Amino acid sequence: MTWDWGVFFEVIPLIFKGLWITIGLTIACYLFAMIFGFFWVFVARIPSKTISWIFRWIAEFIRSTPPLVQLFFIFYAWPMVPVVGVTLNPFVAAILGLGLHFSTYLSEVYRSGIESVDKGQWEASTALNLSTKQKWLKIILPQAIPPTIPMLGNYLIIMFKEVPLASTIGVVAMLHMANDYGAQHWKYVEPLTVVALFFLLLSYPSALLISKLEKKYNRRFDKKTISTL
Amino acid sequence: MGKPIVNYSKIHKSFGDVDVLKGINLDIKPGEKVALIGPSGSGKTTIIRMLMTLEQPTSGTILVNGENLWQMEKKGQLVPSDDKHLHAIRGDIGMVFQHFNLFPHMTIVENCMLAPALAKKNDKKEVKIQAVEMLEKVGLGDKINLYPAQLSGGQKQRVAMARALMMKPKVMLFDEVTSALDPELVGEVLEVIRDLAKEGEMAMILVTHEMDFALDIADRILFLNEGVIEEEGPPSELLVNPKSERLQDFLARFNKR
Ligand SMILES: Nc1ncnc2c1ncn2[C@@H]1O[C@H](COP(=O)(O)OP(=O)(O)O)[C@@H](O)[C@H]1O
Ligand SMILES: [Mg+2]
Repeated sequence: MTWDWGVFFEVIPLIFKGLWITIGLTIACYLFAMIFGFFWVFVARIPSKTISWIFRWIAEFIRSTPPLVQLFFIFYAWPMVPVVGVTLNPFVAAILGLGLHFSTYLSEVYRSGIESVDKGQWEASTALNLSTKQKWLKIILPQAIPPTIPMLGNYLIIMFKEVPLASTIGVVAMLHMANDYGAQHWKYVEPLTVVALFFLLLSYPSALLISKLEKKYNRRFDKKTISTL
Repeated sequence: MGKPIVNYSKIHKSFGDVDVLKGINLDIKPGEKVALIGPSGSGKTTIIRMLMTLEQPTSGTILVNGENLWQMEKKGQLVPSDDKHLHAIRGDIGMVFQHFNLFPHMTIVENCMLAPALAKKNDKKEVKIQAVEMLEKVGLGDKINLYPAQLSGGQKQRVAMARALMMKPKVMLFDEVTSALDPELVGEVLEVIRDLAKEGEMAMILVTHEMDFALDIADRILFLNEGVIEEEGPPSELLVNPKSERLQDFLARFNKR
């Protein structure tokens, strides 16, 4: 085979369209995962030992099985489950599947952030008679979340790279488009190279940005960087 | 001085199978200044943490202003307090911690404003004026927009006091508030406490190792040993003529240092 620059430039605009779908899907999955991540944190703190234990095992189960299996389950198997089964559009199934999978990772990130907040912060909030909601919103989360932003960002990049899995249940995004083009024209190398390049172009600067954020948030409460003197 | 603002009766507390407090009976009168002394591990911190609702007694009752702190009535029965009940009562109690526990993500004036601004539908401007006044009172009027990390230990502890005072508690608890400080910073913190004590209307329970200070400001000293109040009395009596052998030993160890 020979490398064909003509094909290369021809597929760029085509795959660029798919790029937007990939980005959109990543963002949708990620938002779902961020919100649902809090759900796992919340249920783990339910006073009832049995309930929190059950949910902990569900989360553990989701975390330890491959996301591809979960996607297939949600898309192909769930519609056949009596009563609760529904057929989902591939896009929605992808958001649920990947979002759910990553929510279990994000919940661990949240948990580590929350546990890193000193016990004295809870006690001072109690001594000042703050309500439970006020403690979380004003004291704990504002300290727990900023240090985890680099980790959250890392998961965003990892998720971005996992999103092509959605093509297996028929979400037509970058990879799927490249593959279709390949099948039609019997040219795979150029379109797939373009896909790889697009991933690189987005992932690498994001990774740089995250390491910047990492530095910024690690210094956040330091004397020198606070400029509001 | 009328009926007690705080009353402990037959308070027991165990952690696992360790009995830490073995029957504490104690009345604090409104405005009274009580110093709590005793060897490390004798349960001083635990006593005041139970009043701040940070620790639940194993048995016994604590009354604040005559109201049962850890139990409430529900359908004619005494049941453990829920959040709402604790919330209603602990507004009268304030606490200053050994390690300050300031909120690092807020400036010190924000630290002072947070709770009163959230608690009542107070005007934010009014709360800010009060917070600035309070910080001036503890000698930090020129530092209101700094973050806790920019302050010395003594300054942090003074902020912590201002923050607790903003809630206008009737009883203020101090848990070894100078023991995490460099020796040269202890004086400035004790000075603020001394001024507060002189103002008079607020009751104080001070867990402290500063005997001279206790002698100076306390109306009464309690000596806690192995989970019971072994001896109590006015400072001049208790520190000068200790009766029990254990207190004599304890004080002798102090004077040697
Ligand atoms: N949360 C806890 N869990 C288990 N043991 C505790 C806890 N808090 C205090 N203790 C134990 O209770 C005893 C009294 O502690 P504390 O009230 O802190 O004493 P003090 O303040 O007089 O030094 C100590 O032996 C301590 O180890
Ligand atoms: Mg202590």
